[in-house]
Amino acid sequence: MGELAWIFLSAAVINNFTLALFLGLCPFMGVSGKLDTSLRMGAANTFVLTITSLCVWALNTYVLPHAPYLQLISFIVVIASLVQIVEMAIRKLSPTLFREMGIFLPLITTNCAILGLAIFQTNRGYGFLEGIVFALGAGVGLTLALVLMASIREMSELADVPEAARGLGLVLIIAGSLSMAFMGFAGLLSAS
Amino acid sequence: MKKTTPKQDLLRGVWRENPVLVQALGLCPTLAVTNTVANSLAMGLATFFVLMGSSFLVSSFRRWVPREVRISTYILIIATFVTVADMTLAAVVPDIHKALGAFIALIVVNCIILGRQEAFASRNPVGRSLLDAAGTGAGFVISLLLMGGIREVLGQGTFLGVPLLGPHYEPWVIMILPPGGFLTLGVILLAISAIERRRASRAERAAAGTMRRAA
Repeated sequence: MGELAWIFLSAAVINNFTLALFLGLCPFMGVSGKLDTSLRMGAANTFVLTITSLCVWALNTYVLPHAPYLQLISFIVVIASLVQIVEMAIRKLSPTLFREMGIFLPLITTNCAILGLAIFQTNRGYGFLEGIVFALGAGVGLTLALVLMASIREMSELADVPEAARGLGLVLIIAGSLSMAFMGFAGLLSAS
Repeated sequence: MKKTTPKQDLLRGVWRENPVLVQALGLCPTLAVTNTVANSLAMGLATFFVLMGSSFLVSSFRRWVPREVRISTYILIIATFVTVADMTLAAVVPDIHKALGAFIALIVVNCIILGRQEAFASRNPVGRSLLDAAGTGAGFVISLLLMGGIREVLGQGTFLGVPLLGPHYEPWVIMILPPGGFLTLGVILLAISAIERRRASRAERAAAGTMRRAA
């Protein structure tokens, strides 16, 4: 049990996918303008991460031992079709949610956090349960980073920034400061 | 689409439409692996190779790929080349392959590559697509080297492992840690935006001057 809690905590804050490993920066820069969109984006990502983790576990157990060179190709195909299926399912089950997600759903395919999770999970040899906990932790971490960033950006909209600094440069510097703050969590390692 | 000359195809990606510094694409590898010059170079060249290879194939097969499945086709082509690059790096430079880790595999989801296939290679003949890929790839390599150079020199006082700043230099360790990546790219983008604004205002003033003279 302690092992699982540790995997969760590590993925969520210490090795935060966005702020420490630089995965999933596209949505982090692109949709972190508003708080509620970023929350929804985080939730969608967490969902896809969890299902991906399940599929990757199945691939690793039943398919890839026979054809290791297909790893990357099979992962990306599975992720792309998975996102498509999730998209169709959400459209059927809850049209309101589908409309709210808009373009973000299909874009999850090219989010490197998803493929990154698949590769990390394989390299670290996580089993079924560990994989799911890892995916949940990564999802929580992504959501946390997105929500923090969105809250800061909503406030910086009102601040008086030099005109040249408006836009991505400022966002990156804010992200740098956030990332520095998250490095503090590395201290948890010795405490446990 | 406007007709462009071969020279424009090649040079466009290097500066005016630089994939990282101007279009802000492919940020994940730009930030993640640029803590030393050697890593940046390996990552840049691997991406360059994948970009050239997939542009060539996508452009050659552009007449036979149905529109509905084009994105999946591109992704498959890209994934194949990434697998080749991954295995090659593992065989030739195992140390760097280890340092780059999962990020070589993640070239598959680098939006620069997919973006060039969709925007250029799928609609243009092979020769021009290769020029476009070379330009964009070179732009990516240059951005990575810029990032890697700044971070390694400030963070370790070395360039490509050669001591540069003397034994009394106290390294800024933060530059080779994750926050350093964000801060370096942020400062570079701020500088570029400041330069662009100055150029724009100068052009405006020049235009205003011509108009006054004309009047």
